[in-house]
Amino acid sequence: MMKRLLGAAAALVLAGSIAGAAHAADKLKVGFIYLGPIGDLGWTYQHELGRQALVKELGDKIETTYLENVPEGPDSERAIEQLVRAGNKLIFTTSFGYMDPTLKVAKKYPNVHFEHATGYKRDKNMSTYSGRWYQGRYIQGQIAAKMSKAGVLGYIGSFPIPEVVSGINATMLGAQSINPNIKVKIIWVNTWFDPGKEADAAKALLDQGADIIMQHTDSPAAMQVAAERGKLAFGQDSEMIKFGPKAQLTSILDTWGPYYIARVKAELDGTWKSEDTWGGLDSKMFEMAPYTNMPDDVKKLAEETQAAITSGKLHPFKCPIVAQDGKEVECKGGDHLADGQILGMNFYVKGVDDKLPGK
Amino acid sequence: MVLVEAIILSVLAASTPLLLAATGELVTERAGVLNLGVEGMMIVGAACGFAGAWMSGSIVVGALCGIVAGMLMSLIFAFMTLGLAVNQVATGLALTILGIGLSGLIGARFVGERITTAPKLSVPGLSDIPLVGRILFGEDAFVYLSLALIIAVWWFLYRTRAGLVLRACGDNHVSAHALGYPVLRIRLLAVLFGGGCAGLAGAYLPLAYTPFFIPGMTAGRGWIALALVVFASWRPGRLVIGAYLFGAVTILQLHAQGAGVGIPSQVMSALPYLATVIVLVLLSRARTGGSTAPAALGTVFVPDR
Repeated sequence: MMKRLLGAAAALVLAGSIAGAAHAADKLKVGFIYLGPIGDLGWTYQHELGRQALVKELGDKIETTYLENVPEGPDSERAIEQLVRAGNKLIFTTSFGYMDPTLKVAKKYPNVHFEHATGYKRDKNMSTYSGRWYQGRYIQGQIAAKMSKAGVLGYIGSFPIPEVVSGINATMLGAQSINPNIKVKIIWVNTWFDPGKEADAAKALLDQGADIIMQHTDSPAAMQVAAERGKLAFGQDSEMIKFGPKAQLTSILDTWGPYYIARVKAELDGTWKSEDTWGGLDSKMFEMAPYTNMPDDVKKLAEETQAAITSGKLHPFKCPIVAQDGKEVECKGGDHLADGQILGMNFYVKGVDDKLPGK
Repeated sequence: MVLVEAIILSVLAASTPLLLAATGELVTERAGVLNLGVEGMMIVGAACGFAGAWMSGSIVVGALCGIVAGMLMSLIFAFMTLGLAVNQVATGLALTILGIGLSGLIGARFVGERITTAPKLSVPGLSDIPLVGRILFGEDAFVYLSLALIIAVWWFLYRTRAGLVLRACGDNHVSAHALGYPVLRIRLLAVLFGGGCAGLAGAYLPLAYTPFFIPGMTAGRGWIALALVVFASWRPGRLVIGAYLFGAVTILQLHAQGAGVGIPSQVMSALPYLATVIVLVLLSRARTGGSTAPAALGTVFVPDR
């Protein structure tokens, strides 16, 4: 609580300091709200890379501002509003917890356009955008099943929200397509970012017999533990091979740049309209880091799966999907689960030997 | 049995930064000064510790850089609260905000760099004893240093004259002053010691625990250290128990989850804090009367002559 308060205070100080830089030329002003520091090497870092790509592409026509370390929740509203007052006409709010504050500010300023990452609430002047990361997790599941000698995967979860749960399920479906008896041990650390705790969780998983570490938290700590112990791991959000040159199998890389460029171009052309973008491998919303530390046949398999998912031939949540309790899940999307079912996923698939928290 | 050893090793590593930071804060508070800036001093210690180790290639230099950085941070605090008699709570909170920002600035250059971790000790013959060898003789030096430090602090506080004077400053600064003791100078030294410990605790994170620097990597450990001092009712012995208990519950809940114990993870994540509250209640019930907090804790002192 204290930390949140302090963070909020810090955000206010930051927000206050940029307000002065409002009056410049009549370039389009684009604002960004970041959850963490730009040097987090994970989530926020990738958004910052996207912003830098945007500046490189359209730097002569636009002016960008970002606020980092803005805590989620009601306090972020003030930070977003500061960006509006500073004259930003297109504002990207880059974390789930900014959803309601963004919506509130959007209603207040109908002439400003907003883009909210990973949320589900939209308005005339508020779009949403996100990535179909479960596709990447399916590929990772296949690689993990091939590479695991023990047949036990270790999975570090942040919070049991649908995005993370669907990631676990996609991983398991991918792994089961290779080895139907694969096991997964899941540890929820209940934080997105605490390097020490993430490392402890990785150690606990390895100590209990898992030999591949997968994570849905933000720091490279788990990768480093795997590397230290001569085990294998997957990175998260960004390239983490530096922290485990002999450990990283691949990593899902969020590549926001193309999307940011496309949306700002639309804003410049006057063609911007509220949309819901959920980009997969085909749209380059994310990429897979090079497949490393695996034999050629596994690499080939991963590349083939990636190609099949990209072309739409393979859907990770292809029906029939059997839930943990043995009942088949209703198939609302034709031959695969509907987007809404994936976005709201709150069950484990069969073979996950764990109880979903809160169920 | 191997799993038990692995768990104990993880607990040692997780508890050490808490114990180090809390040891410093205990001495500071025993002198009557409440420095809430532990988190800020820690994170600056982490940034400077990593910077020092990366540039010099030496873990020892890194640790020293962390200590000095923590002391410099605490010097700012001392100047404000002892020199200018500013409110300690507000200054401590400001110190944390300052530290988080400053560490990002110092550390920006080093994000993404790697160092080799502090080496595990190896005592010929002893480290190889089954089960206890690695635990007692085979961890990194910080682990044993933190224990030696808290023993030294206990000896200093209860077995030396200087320690008695320091406690007197914390319990009644007016009397200590009347007896001719330099209250402000003693408090300055206590604050500096606290800063040095917090800096070292921060440096432990990138030097031994997770060998890289990322802004915000202390992730609230400074606040836990503050709580531990209260938990220990300002006594070194209880502080050791508290730090290891906290570390143990944290690690055990991770293992319980991995082993599939059917308790919601949110409940298990709350366990260390729950344990803290329960122990606090038990302690307060068992107490025979009177508060255990230093009587002059958090009050400013302006000498009248």
